[in-house]
Amino acid sequence: MAMTMTQKILAKHAGLDAVTAGQLIEAQVDLTLANDITGPVAIREMEKAGFDKVFDRTKIALVMDHFAPNKDIKSAQQCLECREFAKKYDIVNFYDVGEMGVEHALLPEKGLTAPGELIIGADSHTCTYGALGAFSTGVGSTDLAAGMATGKAWFKVPSAIKFVLKGKKAPWISGKDVILHIIGKIGVDGALYKSMEFTGEGVAELSMDDRFTICNMAIEAGAKNGIFPVDDKTMEYIKDRVHRAVTVFEADADAVYDETYEIDLSTLRPTVACPHLPENTKTIDELDHIEIQQSVIGSCTNGRIEDMRIAASILKGRHVAPGVRTIVIPATQEVYLQCIEEGLAKIFIQAGAIVSTPTCGPCLGGHMGILAQNERSISTTNRNFVGRMGHITSEIYLASPAVAAASAVMGYICAPEDVK
Amino acid sequence: MIVKGSVFKYGDNVDTDVIIPARYLNIADPAELATHAMEDIDTEFVKKVQPGDIIVANRNFGCGSSREHAPLVLKENKVSCVIAASFARIFYRNAINIGLPILECEAAANGIEAGDEVSVDFDTGVITNVTKGETYQAAAFPPFIQSIIHAGGLLKSLKERGE
Repeated sequence: MAMTMTQKILAKHAGLDAVTAGQLIEAQVDLTLANDITGPVAIREMEKAGFDKVFDRTKIALVMDHFAPNKDIKSAQQCLECREFAKKYDIVNFYDVGEMGVEHALLPEKGLTAPGELIIGADSHTCTYGALGAFSTGVGSTDLAAGMATGKAWFKVPSAIKFVLKGKKAPWISGKDVILHIIGKIGVDGALYKSMEFTGEGVAELSMDDRFTICNMAIEAGAKNGIFPVDDKTMEYIKDRVHRAVTVFEADADAVYDETYEIDLSTLRPTVACPHLPENTKTIDELDHIEIQQSVIGSCTNGRIEDMRIAASILKGRHVAPGVRTIVIPATQEVYLQCIEEGLAKIFIQAGAIVSTPTCGPCLGGHMGILAQNERSISTTNRNFVGRMGHITSEIYLASPAVAAASAVMGYICAPEDVK
Repeated sequence: MIVKGSVFKYGDNVDTDVIIPARYLNIADPAELATHAMEDIDTEFVKKVQPGDIIVANRNFGCGSSREHAPLVLKENKVSCVIAASFARIFYRNAINIGLPILECEAAANGIEAGDEVSVDFDTGVITNVTKGETYQAAAFPPFIQSIIHAGGLLKSLKERGE
């Protein structure tokens, strides 16, 4: 029976020759991840159930990123709980302030995720690592507790939707526009329980950062995972980061897909998701005059170096509009340092933006940029649900770093080419 | 087992950010956390909910964040069951793993209205709308998932297996 790329990775990790969609399997995991929000719940559940050891102290990642640097006493207590757990079990990959970054930018950068691997994380955006040709998916804290204790997780083998990418990227088009376009097309449950497999000649057009952004938001279409084939760009990315043997999987040529969509990268326009669902997309040309009070550039979706470079290319020599609080958050210490070394940090600050230490912060309404009543933000983050970034009457428009930077300059949501 | 309660009805795509807003995720005590359940979509929920009450929603209930706090605050408010036309997959796993009963049933989601008295028979999957005198058949869980439910959650089932 022909298998998709995802099914092959699952079969391998379940010790089976083949799997079919709908089959329930138990698979070995290569890495588990939790953060300062989901970690404490997992730790408590694990210990309450009587587990007193972890399956492999080198294969557990704990990242203090959501409400860290600690935003208040309660958040500090949660980080402390994770810190003590990490110490007790001698967890190798514990990332605290000073080393931490936004988890889904940090793990690939540290070489903790690689092609062909199976990763579960107690965070829905764990699907990001599909960019590397891995199977990765978000789970809850109890699943994560079971994963930390036993090194295993159960899955229903997903069927898949194929996205054939073709053409050359139009100007200013990034991974964010590709995935927002797709979510607008199939809806927030368009890929429910399924894999989104990206393929076609257009894959080569996309940088690794584009691919991370695309897989990151697969969950916003309800998908179990998003996944890209492994190519030269993938191998180049992992070259100095991953120091272990990797297995590259490919979908069978005759693998069965529930649906196939063709996406022509050359015809895409910068795309924006309007409140209050990621599926409410419009191209930049279809939007009315929408004024903003905040622009957020960062997150696990768009806080990588290319995102910073694109934003800086627009902000260079310009100033943000009066009344637009512009918050730039490089996702990791490495990206932050690159921003300094490449002069991007200076560009941001001279443009009237602030540059924050890595944190998930405003994306989930934690800290570092909460919206007041009726305020509106353009944001490179991943969700625009009611109340996500602050007051329940506030509004979030999701877009690429180029659109977020352009909008910060103009004071209203606009196309990068319209910046004056 | 049969549960019975009054229905709170919601629409499509009820996300975990409205079930329990992230601004409360620094709260460790489940009872305190539960006082904020559903508050961004329905400020009346925690004031009115009674033990045994049932939530009925349309498509994609529990979408968004993987936070297990979402099914937890519903369980903590003694919601006896969530019925939806479909569930987001992480919420579905989380609910089963922590022992919050959920049932997927499009006919029930279409037929049941807010305030209806509904009873659910978990052994047969039959949902009865007492108010309207209608019944709906929910899909049965696969045996593997039933074993988790019967053990009282994922970790207990793993312990039973001697992991």
